[in-house]
Amino acid sequence: MRYVNSGVRGFWRVKNFAFILVFMTFTGSWASTVDSVGQHDDHQTVGGHEEEGLTTSNMSSSILHHISDAHEWHFFSVGETHVSLPLPVILYSEEYGLDIFFSNKFDHHTHTYKNYKEEHGHIILIDDAGAPVMEAHLLDLSITKNVASMLLAFIIMVGLFTSVAKAYKKRPGQAPKGLQSFMEPLILFVRDDIARPNMGHHYARFTPYLLSLFFFIWINNLLGLLPGAANVTGNIAVTMVLALLSLIITNVNGNKSYWMHILWPPGIPFAVKFILIPVELISILSKPFALMIRLFANMTAGHIIIMSILSLIFLFSENGTNAGAGFGVSFASVPFAIFLYVLELLVAAIQAFIFTMLTALFIGQAMPEEHH
Amino acid sequence: MSNLLEKKKMELLTPALGLFFWTLLVFLIIVFMLKKLAWKPILSAIKDREDSIEEALQTAAKARSEMNQLQASIADAKKEAAAERERIMKEAGEMKLAILSQAKKDAQAEAGRIVDDAREAIQKEKAAAMSDIKSQVAALSLEIAEKVLVKKFENRTEQEALVQEYLKTISI
Repeated sequence: MRYVNSGVRGFWRVKNFAFILVFMTFTGSWASTVDSVGQHDDHQTVGGHEEEGLTTSNMSSSILHHISDAHEWHFFSVGETHVSLPLPVILYSEEYGLDIFFSNKFDHHTHTYKNYKEEHGHIILIDDAGAPVMEAHLLDLSITKNVASMLLAFIIMVGLFTSVAKAYKKRPGQAPKGLQSFMEPLILFVRDDIARPNMGHHYARFTPYLLSLFFFIWINNLLGLLPGAANVTGNIAVTMVLALLSLIITNVNGNKSYWMHILWPPGIPFAVKFILIPVELISILSKPFALMIRLFANMTAGHIIIMSILSLIFLFSENGTNAGAGFGVSFASVPFAIFLYVLELLVAAIQAFIFTMLTALFIGQAMPEEHH
Repeated sequence: MSNLLEKKKMELLTPALGLFFWTLLVFLIIVFMLKKLAWKPILSAIKDREDSIEEALQTAAKARSEMNQLQASIADAKKEAAAERERIMKEAGEMKLAILSQAKKDAQAEAGRIVDDAREAIQKEKAAAMSDIKSQVAALSLEIAEKVLVKKFENRTEQEALVQEYLKTISI
């Protein structure tokens, strides 16, 4: 037991250091993002009113830009030099067929390539004159920043858990060691505190899915907290997939008693049944809908709050003209942002837990024990 | 500008088809791959270990109860042995007493017999001796009487002195 504790302590020491490092780069990266997006938006306001520097409006838009999906992975900008990773763009349209190219093909000023135009993270079709083709349907299956981050999570998960599985095979029946001893309590937590209490004797069938779900959400949440990283679990398409799978698994495994309670609730006056049935039918959808919104909103809100707090520094400095004010505000902003960042680490785990817990609960409720 | 902001806000709440597709694909691959490569071996290894620990605990408990039973039976055996010993000792004591008393009785009887025999022998010897004495006395008497009769016819006084002399020589 002693060596496990010392191992965990060592892990946290390293983690603390890594956290400070990450936070420092995060702050720096955000500053450069605000800067670049501010300029970027200035360029976009063509032929209209010139907006000088940063305002609350373009600050909001740059925050939204930061948490939105993108076709390239932008790390930071120094002046006019943007350090970013180009990602594959995969497009399909009836007019032009399948087109695959890297996102750095888009022209830096016009944001166009061939008949495609990148507009605020979206790709649209344009005609030869450069005007958007409104009625065209363009299927965008690009490896976006979120997809790339998800693939990173995929690699981490497969690497991590196959190596842990190997450790179990290598030392059967023995006490866990190293990484294995770090992961085992988490695996046991999912099995004994999420799956078992909610699903009774059915738990063994769903534990593998719940483990994948829990670690997928958690690892993506944590990756999203890294500087310049994608906000994967804060994207509604991602949470929609996870919620949809919860919906499908719940209803596919629903037993007779579950469907009876929805379609013909027992022990209820005849007239009341007609009120209850629609309510129950709605609840089939509302439960996973709540799952989808909860994860999305929690992760997105965390990112928005941290960035808003840090943006105060740049707003108060009035685009560098009042550096003293910005410096002063940073004394309040930075500790508060650090506090929120630590809170977000907690939220990352809690939201993974809640999503998995509720999925387990819904599946468990769909297969109640038959009482006669 | 505010138009752009509104658009971005709406985008935030609109699921993108591409991301939806990729998420579904990646997540399903993760679910199936990890189920096969990680969760099944890990969970079964954990289960096996838990079972073996459970079994070891049960075996230990069983061994303990068996040991307790064994100890109880040993104590019982000890108690029984002690009782047996007691009984044997008692029996032995009784037997000793019985043998002793029997031996005493036998010895007494034997002693009695020996004494009786001795007495009988003595009586016999005595009787034999008496009859011997009697016959000797008779013979002596006859001798004396003979001598006396011989002397009587010579001298009375001498005869008497002779009787006296003979009498002195006779010692019974």
